[in-house]
Amino acid sequence: MYSEKVMDHFANPRNVGEIENPDGVGEVGNPVCGDIMRMYLKIEDNRIVDVKFKTFGCGAAIASSSMATELVKGKTLEEAWEISNKAVAEALEGLPPIKMHCSVLAEEAIHTAINDYRVKQGLPPWEEKSPHHHEGGEGCELPDE
Amino acid sequence: MVSDQRVIYLDHAATTPARPEVVEAMLPYFHDRFGNPSSIYRIARESRKVVESARESVARALGAEPGEIYFTSGGTESDNWAIKGVAFANRKRGDHIITSAIEHHAVLYPTRYLAKQGFSVTFLPVDATGLADPGMLEDAITEKTTLISIMTANNEIGTIEPVREIGKIARDHGIPFHTDAVQAVGHIPLSVKDDNIDLLSLSAHKFNGPKGVGVLYIRKGTRIDPFLHGGAQERNRRAGTENLAGIVGLATALDFAVQSLPREMERQKRFRDRLIAGLLSSVPHSRLNGHPEKRLPGNVNISFEYVEGESILLSLDAYGICASTGSACTSGSLEPSHVLLAIGLTHEVAHGSLRLTLGEENTDEEIDTVLETVPGIIGKLRAMSPLYPGKEKECHV
Ligand SMILES: Cc1ncc(COP(=O)(O)O)c(C=O)c1O
Ligand SMILES: [Zn+2]
Repeated sequence: MYSEKVMDHFANPRNVGEIENPDGVGEVGNPVCGDIMRMYLKIEDNRIVDVKFKTFGCGAAIASSSMATELVKGKTLEEAWEISNKAVAEALEGLPPIKMHCSVLAEEAIHTAINDYRVKQGLPPWEEKSPHHHEGGEGCELPDE
Repeated sequence: MVSDQRVIYLDHAATTPARPEVVEAMLPYFHDRFGNPSSIYRIARESRKVVESARESVARALGAEPGEIYFTSGGTESDNWAIKGVAFANRKRGDHIITSAIEHHAVLYPTRYLAKQGFSVTFLPVDATGLADPGMLEDAITEKTTLISIMTANNEIGTIEPVREIGKIARDHGIPFHTDAVQAVGHIPLSVKDDNIDLLSLSAHKFNGPKGVGVLYIRKGTRIDPFLHGGAQERNRRAGTENLAGIVGLATALDFAVQSLPREMERQKRFRDRLIAGLLSSVPHSRLNGHPEKRLPGNVNISFEYVEGESILLSLDAYGICASTGSACTSGSLEPSHVLLAIGLTHEVAHGSLRLTLGEENTDEEIDTVLETVPGIIGKLRAMSPLYPGKEKECHV
C-alpha cells in the first residue's frame, strides 16, 4: 500500500534524533491517536541549518517526518512555513488517503517549531492560513461510539 | 510478487493456507463433477451425495446431527445469520440481546445494527485477561432476553471463554446461545452437545480450508429466520446454489484438523510459550495481552510500550515475517482495537500491540528467527520515539 519512497524513508529515516539547545521545538499529535512528532530546529540568520525529529507512529508518520526534515533543511523560515502537507505527501510519491493525516502532522510540527522559535525571539507567532487549508488530511478525532 | 526471500507466516488467525490434500479433494468439483445438487439427473445426484456426506462429517466433528449443519459463505455470514435470524424470529417474545465487548466485528456490527432497529443490547465487559464472567452474564438476563452470543475464543488476544458454563446458564433460562467459534474450531476440542451450544459459527479458511465457505450449526428446534431468501437449498433456510468444491474443502480440512488436533495443540503451545517467554524477557516495557493459560495454542499478543504497531509490522515485513497488530493505523480507522481497549489497555499501549498466530507449517527455526529479530526492531523504533524515556530510566521501572 505504501510507495517505494515511503518504505525507503521508513526503513532509513533521515535526520532522526535530537538537537541539543535547539532554537525551536514543535511537538504535535497525541499518543491516543497513535502518532506523535517532535521536530527540533537549529536556526542561523533566519535559515534552518539543522533539523532533527523523533516520531512515535506508523510507517507513514515516520516517513512524513523524515521527508519533512529533508524539505525544510537549508530553507529560510518563510520558505519552510510554505511547505504544505501536500508537498510532503507528493515528495513521498503519495500516501494512502487514510494516512494523509500523517503528512498534516508533519506540516504542523514544522509550523509549531518555527513559531516556538519566533516566540522565543520575542516575535509574534505566524498564523495558520486557515483551519482547513490541509488537503486530504483528517485530524485525530476520537469517535463517539 | 513472489520473492526468493523466505516468508515466516505468523498470521494464521487472519487466514491459513489451504492444505494440498484439501485442494486436491476440491478440484474434481469445479469441472468433472460440477452438477447442481438441486437437479435430478445422475451427475446432480452425485453432487447432492457429496454435500450430504460433507454435512455428516462436519456434524461428527462438532457432536451435532447432520440436519443441524448449514453451509454458508463463511464466518461473517454465519454470525450475521445467527444474530439477526434469532433476534427477528423472536421479536414478539423479547428484544434484548446479550453479547460481549470483545466480539469480532462480524458479531459486534450486527448487534449494533439491531440496536438501531430498536433492540436493546448488553455488551458484557471482560476482565483484564479478556474473560467474560458467567455470573455477570446471568445478572444481565431479563424477561426480554432472546439471544446470548459470546465467542468461543478471541481472534486478537486468544482468550478462551467459559462457553460451557455460559451455555448452561442460557439453557437454564431457555435462551438460545450462539458462539462465534471461528478461531476455535479445528484448534481446540469443542462439542455443541457437551458445551451447551445452540448456534455455532465456523469458517473453513481458519483451519487450512478454502476461503468463502463456512457453517452455521443450528440446534434442532431453534427459532431462526432465514438470512438469504431465494431457492430452497439448505432445507429452505439458506438460499443459493451450494459452493460444492468449497463444502468438500471445508469438510476435508476439518477432518484433518480434528485428527491432528492433539498433536498440533502441543506443538503450537510449545512455540507460543517460547515466543511469549522469550519476547517478554528480551524486551523491557512489554506485556502479554490475553489470558496466560486459557489461551488458544497458537496465539501470542504482546504490547511493546512507546512504539506503534504498524511500524513494527513494516519492520518485520523486511525480514519476511508476517504478523498483525491492534493499532489503529492498520484498521482503516483512527481507533485502536476495541478488544485491547476492553481489557483495559490505554490507547498508547493498544497502538503498540503485536499479534503472532501460529500454524501447522511453523518450525522451531522460525521461532528462533522471530526471537532474534523482534528485540532489535523494537529497539530501533524506540530510539526514534519521543515517548521513550530512554535506557537510563528503565532500571527505575
Ligand atoms: C472470531 C471471528 N469471527 C468471524 C470472522 C469472519 O470470518 P470470515 O472471514 O470467514 O467471514 C473471523 C475472521 O476474521 C474471526 O476471527
Ligand atoms: Zn498513523
